[in-house]
Amino acid sequence: MASDTAEPVRPDEIKAIPVRRPGRWVAAAIILYLSAAIVKSVATNPRFQWGVIRHYFTSSRVLQGLITTLELTVLCMAIGIAIGIVLAVMRLSPNPLVSGASWLYIWFFRGVPVLVQILFWGFFAALYPRLSLGIPLGPQFVHFSANSAITPFVAGMLALGLNEGAYMAEIVRAGFISVDEGQTEAAQSLGMTRLQTMRRIVLPQAMRVIVPPTGNETISMLKTTSLVSVIAVTDLLYSVELIYAVNYRTIPLLIVASIWYLIVTTVLSFGQYYLERYFGRGAARELPPTPLQRLRRSLYFRHGY
Amino acid sequence: MVKAEGVHKSFGRLEVLKGVSLEVQPGEVVCMIGASGSGKSTFLRCINHLERIDAGRLWVDGRLVGYRQSGDKIYELRDADVCRERSQIGMVFQRFNLFGHMTALENVIEAPIRVRKIAKRDAVAQGRSLLQQVGLGDKIDNYPAQLSGGQQQRVAIARALAMKPKLMLFDEPTSALDPELVGEVLDVMKGLAHDFQTTMVVVTHEMGFAREAADRVLMMDDGQIIEEGTPEHFFTAPREERTRQFLSAIL
Repeated sequence: MASDTAEPVRPDEIKAIPVRRPGRWVAAAIILYLSAAIVKSVATNPRFQWGVIRHYFTSSRVLQGLITTLELTVLCMAIGIAIGIVLAVMRLSPNPLVSGASWLYIWFFRGVPVLVQILFWGFFAALYPRLSLGIPLGPQFVHFSANSAITPFVAGMLALGLNEGAYMAEIVRAGFISVDEGQTEAAQSLGMTRLQTMRRIVLPQAMRVIVPPTGNETISMLKTTSLVSVIAVTDLLYSVELIYAVNYRTIPLLIVASIWYLIVTTVLSFGQYYLERYFGRGAARELPPTPLQRLRRSLYFRHGY
Repeated sequence: MVKAEGVHKSFGRLEVLKGVSLEVQPGEVVCMIGASGSGKSTFLRCINHLERIDAGRLWVDGRLVGYRQSGDKIYELRDADVCRERSQIGMVFQRFNLFGHMTALENVIEAPIRVRKIAKRDAVAQGRSLLQQVGLGDKIDNYPAQLSGGQQQRVAIARALAMKPKLMLFDEPTSALDPELVGEVLDVMKGLAHDFQTTMVVVTHEMGFAREAADRVLMMDDGQIIEEGTPEHFFTAPREERTRQFLSAIL
């Protein structure tokens, strides 16, 4: 009974019965059972001494240590990124001496264990007891003792920052190389200088490649700062070490430190996600959703049916 | 506007340009055709000093490209001077090369603000009207990845025009485009040629465009210009055997 005025009939919507997947339920059950067992064992084992953990978790000495750790992380990464960018630009320079110097720096600081570097800076006064400010090989204006200038904190900061610079240099260089040469050519053809091209065109697009490994380095740095405990910087780890050296509550105090490291790592991961999203603009047709948007969308699809 | 005398260019041991001489008058539209590897793109890049020439002389608007002559000595130009020369020559690339992290409008206003140092408000006003002119008034806030190839190339033309260039260079502007998008780009270029009397050097295989818009066509082969004439000449009576072969292959 087809009539030519009738609208085309839309076929019935498909209401299919989903495939049963018993394997998924079994896997989920096993994981839930094992997690419950772990949680129960951790929560009820008195040797974890949760009371002690709670007591020291926000104690002023631990918090002070946490702040030192955060300061070290931020300063070392700042030094590392600054040195990394300079070294990467140097490495790509047409001048062989400049790129050679950059290569040498990276070779040295990547080649010596960072713990050894920290110790070296800690004992720097043994190498150069007196420091002075002036023209190299020329007249010096100010003199001061190395011990007063290079405190343990400064030694740790220098060691970790200079070491990080070598790694960041390679990350930044990878970013620069990843940007299509056509971008540089287009910028040059518009009359932009080398520096403008680097700063306005190449670097922002290189950031898309640079940010994820840099986030990785930051999280790694947060934990590597614990090495400065060997030169008696009262960071998070050394603070709890000092406490349990007195009261022998070793395990609970190490757990306190671990929980703080985990919390900060979590916060840093969130920061990295949003930073990636910012520098990813223009690379994809649409920005990836934020976790909040994703949650809202999945709820909408569940109920919007 | 452009004058070349015996321009030579080698990449390592490979000699790409073997003495190119030509003259382009202000307001003239010159199309360069030739097989790939014949040196036409390289010659275009030499005009903008993206490539340095090894021998010969190349002038744009009466000034030596990339060098300064005083007496019989030739000095290399400082980077800043090279940049100033380049900023007066617009270039459109085969692969568009739009800045991926900037919207269409940001692409167009970047160089006027950074290189010409004009106020952002003026640059934005000019950028909008240029994008309007190339038919993309509704796409100013789109990123390149959100535009079709033809739209990207039109943004690239607007970006080059924003510097108010004395000379526009087009390096195979339509050969990376899907066939149905070629027309929109060529229309913009024809508009430039007819309505604005822009001096243009176009490397292209679009003989239709050459016929409609070009004053002169040059055939390049093996690093030299082997034939030149009006578009009509190339369609009716190409002289060289090599030209005939090439034209029958692309038409």
